[in-house]
Amino acid sequence: MRVVLAEDLFLLRDGLVRLLESYDFEVVAAVDNGPGLLKALLDHRPDVAVVDVRLPPTFTDEGLQAALEARRQVPGLPVLVLSQYVEQLYARELLADGSGGIGYLLKDRVFDPDGFVDAVRRVAAGGTAMDPDVVAKLFAKGAHRDGPLARLTPREREVLSLMAEGRSNAAIAQSLVITERAVIKHTSNIFTKLDLPVSDADNRRVLAVLAYIG
Amino acid sequence: MNTVNIRTGIRSAGRGLPVLGLAIAELVLFCLFVTAVALLGVGLGVLLVPALAVAVRAVVNTSRRTAARWSGVALPEPYLPPPAAEPGLKGQWQRTHWVLTDPATWRDLAWMLVNPVAGVVLALLPFALVVGGLGGVLMPAVYQPIADAGENYYLWVEISDMTSAWYAAALGLITLFAGLAVGPAALRAHAALARTLLAPTAAARRVRHLTDTRSDAVNSSAAELRRIERDLHDGAQARLVALGMNLGVAEQLLAKDPEAVRAILADTRKASAAALTELRDLVRGIHPPVLADRGLADAVRALAMDCPLDVTVQADLPGRAEAPVESAMYFAVAEALTNAAKHASADSVSIDLWYEGGALRGQVIDDGEGGADPSRGTGLRGIERRLAAFDGILAVNSKSGTGTTLTMELPCALS
Repeated sequence: MRVVLAEDLFLLRDGLVRLLESYDFEVVAAVDNGPGLLKALLDHRPDVAVVDVRLPPTFTDEGLQAALEARRQVPGLPVLVLSQYVEQLYARELLADGSGGIGYLLKDRVFDPDGFVDAVRRVAAGGTAMDPDVVAKLFAKGAHRDGPLARLTPREREVLSLMAEGRSNAAIAQSLVITERAVIKHTSNIFTKLDLPVSDADNRRVLAVLAYIG
Repeated sequence: MNTVNIRTGIRSAGRGLPVLGLAIAELVLFCLFVTAVALLGVGLGVLLVPALAVAVRAVVNTSRRTAARWSGVALPEPYLPPPAAEPGLKGQWQRTHWVLTDPATWRDLAWMLVNPVAGVVLALLPFALVVGGLGGVLMPAVYQPIADAGENYYLWVEISDMTSAWYAAALGLITLFAGLAVGPAALRAHAALARTLLAPTAAARRVRHLTDTRSDAVNSSAAELRRIERDLHDGAQARLVALGMNLGVAEQLLAKDPEAVRAILADTRKASAAALTELRDLVRGIHPPVLADRGLADAVRALAMDCPLDVTVQADLPGRAEAPVESAMYFAVAEALTNAAKHASADSVSIDLWYEGGALRGQVIDDGEGGADPSRGTGLRGIERRLAAFDGILAVNSKSGTGTTLTMELPCALS
């Protein structure tokens, strides 16, 4: 799988290259600035891009802007955005075009290589990987209002959080140590209780859930 | 003329008397002070000027208080804050310099010349008219000895018989009423004269405002730095130390007990994630990343999304303000949102940001309980101080039961 990587700090860039290569990814370009990223994305058309939000020259959200621009020119280009902090505002902008292949994770998630690489693969396959922090903030807001979230059982809420992160039924089953059949039962309950359109495509589910709560 | 007016007239006439005593003291001090300044050449002035300045200011402050009582408008002291003077002769010189370079000193001196002349006339005129008038009114009762003494006049009337005495009484009555009538006006005029010379000039008021807000800003930023230092020291720094120690232990155990090393490494990873979380929260409190990335409007939108309440944000900003101004407005809005959620039990909040008349403006309206009082809430005082450092202001409209509207204004230029 071909990856373009954008990270301005040498140590982190180097570490990410090594991590990805140890999981048999091919890093076709590792850049350290925004304009370089856009060029690499358009030249290489990688299977997935791993991008730091803050990049030179402006050290603002250069990486995010380059990724969004590349996706405007190459719709559905899979991008996993990494950041020192996560903001719902940015999550919404990334998800706005509704075409999937989007990830938005805290940099800390790299500490768990298996989980991180799983997220990269999910994004490359057109799925979604939302950081648990983004989802948790969203749920905190949803829970404050006396919405239908209150009607869910605690287990159903756990399943809903994992769905919002973009996990598949199989992954949810594994994470909660229950059978996939049980997950399917929970999800159909959730969709009924929240009156959401039933969908099996993981990123469609994410959009539906996020749109519902936000 | 009704009774109330007569009473205020009499009181006004009497009130002018203390001015006379004050004016004499001022005239004496004026001479002393000028002498002391003249003695600067031979060095003695350095000792005399600061001491006399204390006396001058005490006396002139009495004039200030009197004028304030008459006019109902307080006259704040206009003096520059005293320097941190060293002991000994050098300190004396610093104090002298402070006294002589303060424009308020020279305005005080001008007052000490003007007040004994114009001030005394204005203050004593009603008194003189009333007393003189009374003398005329009493003339018919006491004219006999006066007429016998011969060649005596009341105003322009020669007192010679009963007829002229009544004529004088009529004139006295008019004078008396004139005295009672001009009393309040004369006092007001005197107070106005005092205001012109004794109130702080615009420049002095500005200096005072800047001194206050600067010391507020310095204090709060010092407190901020202390908090950051403590957070780093007890949080991330301590965790990094623990991390290094754990790694050292793991290195030691590697050959002997690989299973224990695995557990230590897992702990270490958790500790590093916790350190990151702490640093992230700290950074958010210093300068929120979205504010740096996108500016005020998006930072406030991000804030609204994280807030548990229903928040709508309207922003109409044609450019970006300087970073410190943006930051001040951001934290003011953040504080207002926290207040709405915490104290007002509001359900929804609307935030407006716009630029008008050379100022960045923000309005936060909640539908909570209302009754917020800036003099009691430390949160509102904090917003006020934050804004004041940039000459900004906060207006609070919070009647009980109607929600709270905070309006904030920061003069600045947009780029």
